[in-house]
Order: sequence, then C-alpha cells, then structure tokens
Amino acid sequence: MADSSWLTEFPAMDRRDLTGIKKTLDTAYREFSREYGDVIESLFDPLLHFLVWFEKLLIQTPWWIVILVVTAIVHLSARSWKLSVGVIIAFSLIGYFGMWDNTMRTMSIIFVCTLLSIALGIPIGIAMARSDRVQAIVTPILDVMQTMPAFVYLIPVVMLLGIGKIPGVIAVVIYAIPPVIRLTNLGIRLVDKEVLEAATAYGASPSQRLWSVQMPLAMPTIMAGINQTIMMALAMVVVASMIGVKGLGQPVLKSITNQYFTLGLFNGLAIVALAIIFDRVSQAYAKRTQKHMEGLHNA
Amino acid sequence: MPDPLIRIENLYKVFGTAPQTVMDRVREGQSKDDILAETGHTVGLKEIDLTIERGQIFVIMGLSGSGKSTLIRHLNRLIDPTEGKIIVGDVDVMQLDQKELQEFRRHKMSMVFQRFGLMPHRTVLQNVAYGLKVQGIAKKERETKAADWLETVGLGGYGKQYPMQLSGGQQQRVGLARALCTDAEILLMDEAFSALDPLIRSEMQDQLIELQEKLHKTIVFITHDLDEALRLGDRIAILKDGELVQEGAPEDILLHPATDYVEAFVKDVNRARALTVENVMKPPVSRITTDTIEDALKQMKGFKDDYGYYENEDGYQGIVLQETLEKALKEGTHKQIRDDMLEEVPLISPDSALEEIIPETLGADYPLPVVGDKGELQGRLSRTSLAEVLGGE
Ligand SMILES: Nc1ncnc2c1ncn2[C@@H]1O[C@H](COP(=O)(O)OP(=O)(O)O)[C@@H](O)[C@H]1O
Ligand SMILES: [Mg+2]
Repeated sequence: MADSSWLTEFPAMDRRDLTGIKKTLDTAYREFSREYGDVIESLFDPLLHFLVWFEKLLIQTPWWIVILVVTAIVHLSARSWKLSVGVIIAFSLIGYFGMWDNTMRTMSIIFVCTLLSIALGIPIGIAMARSDRVQAIVTPILDVMQTMPAFVYLIPVVMLLGIGKIPGVIAVVIYAIPPVIRLTNLGIRLVDKEVLEAATAYGASPSQRLWSVQMPLAMPTIMAGINQTIMMALAMVVVASMIGVKGLGQPVLKSITNQYFTLGLFNGLAIVALAIIFDRVSQAYAKRTQKHMEGLHNA
Repeated sequence: MPDPLIRIENLYKVFGTAPQTVMDRVREGQSKDDILAETGHTVGLKEIDLTIERGQIFVIMGLSGSGKSTLIRHLNRLIDPTEGKIIVGDVDVMQLDQKELQEFRRHKMSMVFQRFGLMPHRTVLQNVAYGLKVQGIAKKERETKAADWLETVGLGGYGKQYPMQLSGGQQQRVGLARALCTDAEILLMDEAFSALDPLIRSEMQDQLIELQEKLHKTIVFITHDLDEALRLGDRIAILKDGELVQEGAPEDILLHPATDYVEAFVKDVNRARALTVENVMKPPVSRITTDTIEDALKQMKGFKDDYGYYENEDGYQGIVLQETLEKALKEGTHKQIRDDMLEEVPLISPDSALEEIIPETLGADYPLPVVGDKGELQGRLSRTSLAEVLGGE
C-alpha cells in the first residue's frame, strides 16, 4: 500500500525536511541581516536624509507657494492652460479636505522613487540594448520583479532594514523600475538602423553614437517608460504604507481595516489626481520635445 | 594613366553563425541557395576583385539581394569580411584598430544612404555639420562650412528646418551636403537616388555630375538601375548573387555583355540615349588624302567604295564621289579637287548621343563623317551600324 501511494498522491518532500529547509534559510537570512543590517542601512543614509529633507521642504513651504511652483512647472512643461487650472483646483480641493500633508509626503516619495528609477533604470536599459547577453540575463529578472507579489519582497527588505521610509522606497523602486529599463532597451534597439549606420560611417565613437543618435531617438519610448514608472510608483503607495511609508496610502489602509469608505475614497481620489497630473505633464513634455518629428503636411 | 585608389582583393562575405565552417563549400562553388538550405548561412559576396581608380565614378549594379550594399559597406568596414583584403590608398583597412578605423571613417570616406539616414532631431544645418562635429570641430567653424555646402546643393535657406519638413529630394541633397562637408576624398553612395521620383532623380544625377566636374572625388555609386549606371558611371561592375559577373566601361557592358544575366539587364536599355557616336562608329577607311583627282581615284579603288572622305591639312573637307571625279577627269579642265566637287553632308560629333543624330544618319546617302573638335576625321557612322546597335543584335 505505502509503496504505490505515489500514484494518487504527489510524492512530496517529507514535512520535517521541508520545515528544516525553511528554518535554515530563514535563520541564515536573519543572521545575515543581524550581521550586516546596520552596515547596509547606513549605506542608505544619504538617501534617507534627502528624503526627509525634501518631505520637510514640501510640508513646511506655505501651501500657496507649493501650488504656485507646481503650477509653474506644469505650465512650463505642458504649456496647457486647461491642465494648469486643473492643477490649481485639484490641489485646492486636496487642501480643503485636509489631505495636504499626506499629499506632500506622497509627492516627495514618488519624486524620489522616480528619480531613483530613472537614475538606475536608464543605465541598465542602455547596457541591455548594447549586449544580447545582458538582455538575456536582465529580462527574466524584470519578469520576476513585475509578477512577484509585492508582499513577498517586502518581507526580506523589512527584515533587513526594518520599517520606514527606506524599505518603502526600495519596495516602490523594485515594483516601478521595470518599465523604464524595458523601454530604454526597446527604444534604443528600435532606433532607425540607417541613421545609426550614418553616425558610424562618419566615424562616431560608441559614446558619440549613444548621445547623438540612440538616446535622442529613443527618448519618446524612454519617456513612455518613465510615465509608466510614475504610475506604478503611485499605485504602490498604498502597499508601501504597510511598511511605514507615510502619505496618502496610510489613510487608505486605515479605511480598509476600519471600513471607512469615505476616507478611503477621498484619499484614493487624491492619488488619482496626482496620477493624472504626473501623467499629463510627462506626456505633454515628451510630445513637445518631439515637435520636429512632424512631417510636411502638419508643419 | 591608371591611378588606383581602392583595391579589393579576393573578398568573401558569408553571413551566419559560423561563416568559416562553410567557406570550403563557397570556394568549391556550391550555389548560394544550396548553402543557405544546407547550412543556414547566406553567401553575401564571393571572390570579389576590383580596382577603383582615383577620380572615377565607379558604379556597382545588380538586382536586389545581389550584395551591392554588402560590398560598399566593406569599404568603410561597416561590415567585416569573412576573408579578403581592402586597400584604400596605402591603408590596409583590415589592419586598422577601432580608433584608427574611426579616424579613417572621419577623414577618408563619407556616405550617402538610400533612405537618407538623416537625424530627425537635428536641424538640416546640424545634420550637414555632423561629420565635422564628430571630428570635434568647433561649432562656429563647422556651421559656417555646413552653410556653404547647403548653398552649393541649392538649399541655402533651409538650414533651420528639420529633415522631416523637407521633400525626399531635398532630404537627399542634405545627405549629399553632409557627405561633402567633411572633404573626404571618397564618396560612397548606396542607392542614393533610388528612393526618389524619376524627375527628381534625374535632377540629382545632373547635380552629381556637375559637382563631380568641380570636385573630382572618387565616387562609388550603387544602383539597380542600368540607365542611371550608364549615365553616371565611368566604370560599371555588375554583381549577381554576390559574384562579380562583369566589370568595364559602360559601352563595353552594353555592346559586349559577358553573360546572359548581363544581357538580360542591358536588353531594355535605351541605347540611343546611353551610347555615343564614338562608341559605335567605324574607322574612316575611305579616306582621300591627296588633292589631285587622278590620285584620289586611285585611292578610291584601293578601298573599293564609290566615295571617299576628302581630308587635307585643314582637316575634313567633304565627301567626294567617284562619279564626280571621273566626270571631272574626262572634262580635263583641272587636275585638283575643288570645293564645288564636294558633297555637303551633315557632320556629327563623336560625343553626341545616338538619339541626337538618328535623323541625320537615316537621311544620309553615305555613312556620315564623325569629326572631332579640331576638324579631324575620326570615323564614320552608317545607317546599318546604327540600326545594328539600336536593334540590339
Ligand atoms: N546582416 C545580414 N545577415 C544575413 N544576411 C544578410 C545580411 N545582410 C545582407 N544579407 C544577405 O546578403 C545578400 C546581399 O544583401 P545586400 O548586400 O543587402 O543586397 P543588395 O544591396 O544588393 O540588395 C542578401 O541575400 C541578404 O539577404
Ligand atoms: Mg541594398
């Protein structure tokens, strides 16, 4: 009997062995984080300082200056009165409904996460575009990053660095960085072969090719990647609030546990407003930098 | 005096994952299709030997897929050969390392592309100046020079436009100006005019010929259009499936196609336009070089014609008929050939295209005298030889 039971039941590993493995790995990682956690944490200190400073700056600046500056930035990059007026209305409502500080916190973390994602993602994307080997290695990693439930990689990050802003930023960046990387890679690979060949034929060095042809021509695609990254970072705000990231996510989390529908809705809408603003601005900016691509007919 | 600038020796190019492994098959002469089917490798070029002289327009012609682009890209090593030598001037291009190759491309050769290869995010002026920018030339200097070249190709006012705002012909002029702006000695043109409308194309050909008269570059010009090849080429090489099937002067290709493939190519050419009188005229055997009637008749007997081309120290004078001479001899009034004994027939120049002289030739009773700039008789062109050439056989 016992011999043929593998036909009906999967011949699983012995439960005790499995527990053993889990325990060993967990203990090993726990020891690792106990040993090196502080060192690694201190590596992130400059980032933390910047994050804290920037958040304070946004919160302590009088609200009307913030609205003024944000509207100015929006207007300079998008050149659209409609959007600028929309920004003023959205921010006024946010302030009126008492979500100002949280919105500032969320904006600051999104800003930092986006900068980090760009700073890390574009070089990785360039490296992928240059070498098929790198592409073959990075692509599956990106797949894992995008499909692995965020909670799973939150655990080791929290074990290593505790609860707070830095683990939050790391979690958001892990979640949000794949689009910049992928689309940088794609954008560079899609650059018109003949244009690139022309640069080579005139004796351009690899770095001249990158900066004079590949990056400028890939820019629309890269901008689309950045746009997606911002959107994903915003979407991650609620999850990140579970590990102590303050901002619009926390009230949402609270409203789930306590069933405060209106609180959740208001904060959710504030996130949506931010998302729309970020999205329109980055798209309008990207479009404006591509003016020269318009042909004869609409010139 | 031959003055070779580019030499290609025993060049092979096989595309695929392990080109060396199929080189034996290629050398044994297995066909391109068989090699592709059996090994997955594409034979791009096979056993190419070519010499390109300084100052020539050297045309490489062949159907699509015959290896033209592959061949021209070996000259500046946009493609590395599987085997063979490329020598430009006294430089063995294969021996250059990465840095040297960059320098070589910056100063020795420039290239014009079929789909223009312009940078859409740079203005026309910046595009033209690109080669100089890569060389590290200061902005002011390179843009001054670029503006001059834009002027030369007839786009003076377009510097601030973006390429997308220009028509195809204008864009290719920008491409040409960019190529000329680096003062490179060699110009590579890969189907540079193929993407343009026929009318614009012929304008561009004129412009290229005009520029070449001033600049005396060495131009390697690729086309799949024989009319274009004949119009531009000082020499023409014909490729088929990566092999060189014929190389020669345009009239050689037209009049003596080496293979059926070349013959099929030249069959539809407008020969009347492509060939000049010089290409088809016969030597002027019936030449009368004496001025007495009696000797003239003797000379005429020697070449068994009843007419002759009378020529003295001042060059060709006219045609004399046996009949006229005999009559004059009988009358005996004078011994010399006189002007009033000459038949007036149209003269044709050796440089005229055949189509220009068809009416004169067909209307004449005698083969027309071909007379050079200095009035000297160079040959004769008969109705029959014209018909033979234009008839194709
Ligand atoms: N990078 C490449 N990889 C594989 N095959 C190629 C490559 N480039 C060209 N070929 C092949 O080499 C042959 C010659 O191509 P090409 O030089 O582009 O011809 P042409 O310019 O005369 O149309 C074709 O059969 C083409 O498919
Ligand atoms: Mg080609």
